Amino acid sequence: MNGSTTTAYVEPVRKTIRVQATPARAFEVFTAGMSRWWMPTHSISPTKTPIAAVVIEPRVGGRWYERGTDGSECDWGRVLVWEPPTRLVLAWQIDAQWNFDPALLTEVEVRFDAQASGATEVNLEHRQLERYGDAVAGVRAALASPGGWSGLLEQYARALE
Amino acid sequence: MTYAMALTALADPTRRAVFERLRSGPVSVGEIATDMPVSRPAVSQHLKVLKDAGLVRDEAHGARRMYEVDPSGLAELRAWLDHFWDEALNAFKAEVELPSQPRRRKKAR
Repeated sequence: MNGSTTTAYVEPVRKTIRVQATPARAFEVFTAGMSRWWMPTHSISPTKTPIAAVVIEPRVGGRWYERGTDGSECDWGRVLVWEPPTRLVLAWQIDAQWNFDPALLTEVEVRFDAQASGATEVNLEHRQLERYGDAVAGVRAALASPGGWSGLLEQYARALE
Repeated sequence: MTYAMALTALADPTRRAVFERLRSGPVSVGEIATDMPVSRPAVSQHLKVLKDAGLVRDEAHGARRMYEVDPSGLAELRAWLDHFWDEALNAFKAEVELPSQPRRRKKAR
């Protein structure tokens, strides 16, 4: 492995999905309604507290966080751009070990483009992934170790059950 | 959450072997097919899946196309996020398209 991995460009993750709803409704469900669709398994709570709500405070600088059933809160990031109903940029500040890291900032931009049929095309881009840099070196080493893949794949298989 | 969820593409043992083969450096489809009991078309197909998962990238070297593990060191994380956003957006779509609740009319004064 070469040393200078931190400056390498990483292709953003880009996703497009078409939904049968207006941009206003799509934006509202994406943000205010995030608790209704976020996968409950995708929590970063260090105490494994089940998610009661996923909250995006509706303004630039607003917090993005999960609230557990015990009332505890875990930050995920914050709102960088708030332009309902067409555009949203969130800071995703979750590190490679699934902890909130205020020093790490990757961007998730979501655009809601109206289609002629009354549908909306939702385009999501998760970018600046290179900022993870060497933070994932440990993960990579674990994966490369003997049996690393198989151990993880077993975990994955168990998670699917 | 674990990175294992990124590894759907690697759940296939042959594909995993192809990926492991790339760890030693860039190789061509032909070289992989020579080293392993897998046909060239099958190798190409496995490489396509790995590439789509963000684990591998390719580059033209003269007439040959060479494949290598994404050298940024972030391949697994990126693949996890790629898979993650697919799942999340599908769940989002299902929620958005639920039949809307009956509208509550404002009472006429």
